[in-house]
Amino acid sequence: MGYALNFNLIWRHFDKLWGGLLLSLELAVISIAIGIVIGLVLAVWYVSAGRTVRAIIAAYVEFIRNVPLILLVYLVFYGLPTVIDIAYSAPTSFVLTLSVYSGAYLVEVFRSGLEAVPRGQLDAGKAIGLTPWQRLLHVRLPTMLRITLPALSNTFISLFKDTSIASVISVPELTYGAQWINFNTFRIVEVYLVTTAMYLVTGYALLFALRLVERRFRAAR
Amino acid sequence: MLSQILYAVPFLAQGFAITLWVSLLVVVLSLIAGVLLGVGLVYGPAPLRWAVRIFSDTIRGIPILVLMFFVYYGMPAVGLHLQSFWAAVLALTLFKTAQVVEYVRGAVGSIPKGQSEAAMAIGLTFRQRLTYVIFPQAFRRFLPPWINGVTDAVKGSALVSLLGITDLMQAINQVIGRTYEAMPLYILGALVYFAVNYALSLASRRLERRFSFIRE
Repeated sequence: MGYALNFNLIWRHFDKLWGGLLLSLELAVISIAIGIVIGLVLAVWYVSAGRTVRAIIAAYVEFIRNVPLILLVYLVFYGLPTVIDIAYSAPTSFVLTLSVYSGAYLVEVFRSGLEAVPRGQLDAGKAIGLTPWQRLLHVRLPTMLRITLPALSNTFISLFKDTSIASVISVPELTYGAQWINFNTFRIVEVYLVTTAMYLVTGYALLFALRLVERRFRAAR
Repeated sequence: MLSQILYAVPFLAQGFAITLWVSLLVVVLSLIAGVLLGVGLVYGPAPLRWAVRIFSDTIRGIPILVLMFFVYYGMPAVGLHLQSFWAAVLALTLFKTAQVVEYVRGAVGSIPKGQSEAAMAIGLTFRQRLTYVIFPQAFRRFLPPWINGVTDAVKGSALVSLLGITDLMQAINQVIGRTYEAMPLYILGALVYFAVNYALSLASRRLERRFSFIRE
């Protein structure tokens, strides 16, 4: 039984894949932006907080990290509106989920980054008379961001791949587009070859670009 | 509400058993394949190294969901007919194998070159060098990230629900379809996944501490 590759139908519906890819990137960018805010706030809070707050933040991090993303996506989209009076579209619901998800990973990244800031820098900040707030803003956070940049770009790329889970709640991103073409044209091998290539090229292009940024901002040794 | 959920517990337990069974299969199969390919990546001839490198970088560069659909829907087109259960296991195993390859590369690569050279100097064969010198040391570096990665396999197994396999995730969705008790059931499911994975990550952390005496 032979299978002849025929990409014509894929190109005819390529807008589904291309639009899907753009939406995937958009979802990943918005989610990591919100995730960074969550991560930064909680990490800074964590290192200066008492035992109770630390326990709560740790519980959030551990919970999110140990539950499948697909379950969180269902929980937020189908579960949450049944107990609290909110209504949101599938993309909004997914962005909310992925933000909270990435936030949990980023708290860990930022927390270890804050701890890696050399003690001498903080002492130097104190010695030139900076207030604690100024030390955080001008000494600790910039250095921490440089240290954590590689982990941050890895998180972003893995979030980009995680956006494929949005297809389970019919968000028309790249994987959803691929499934649509799969079910409507049955050019199965072709559509997944093209989709795989699109994920690979985008993912490695992002990796390459982010490595350049990292090199530019690499923490001084 | 509670009685409806209690009524569903045996069904959910069956789903949970499938989740564990899928995870176990994936973990064991990927361990075997990953160690073989990982050793091939470190010690193999150039064509094998390139092949493993391309395999690993490709698999790790695409979403696991896409890989699963590709394997499941694509295989009949090329004349392979697997049950959805085995198609899912195959896809998850491919994905996990690529991770194990990287753990092996990292662990074996972290053993100082002098160890290999010393073993060669006392006349050990390649296989003896691996068995008596490299593997015992690399094992301690391999174990903590690998156990930690087992949690990924358990989490990843939830995706088999999309191929219509009644694992814990699918069982939960089906019970919700009957009872409309979405929130309690999703939370119950989350707690079950959490319990399994948290236990695994605690084990990983404990091992890491235990092996932390190793210094470069």
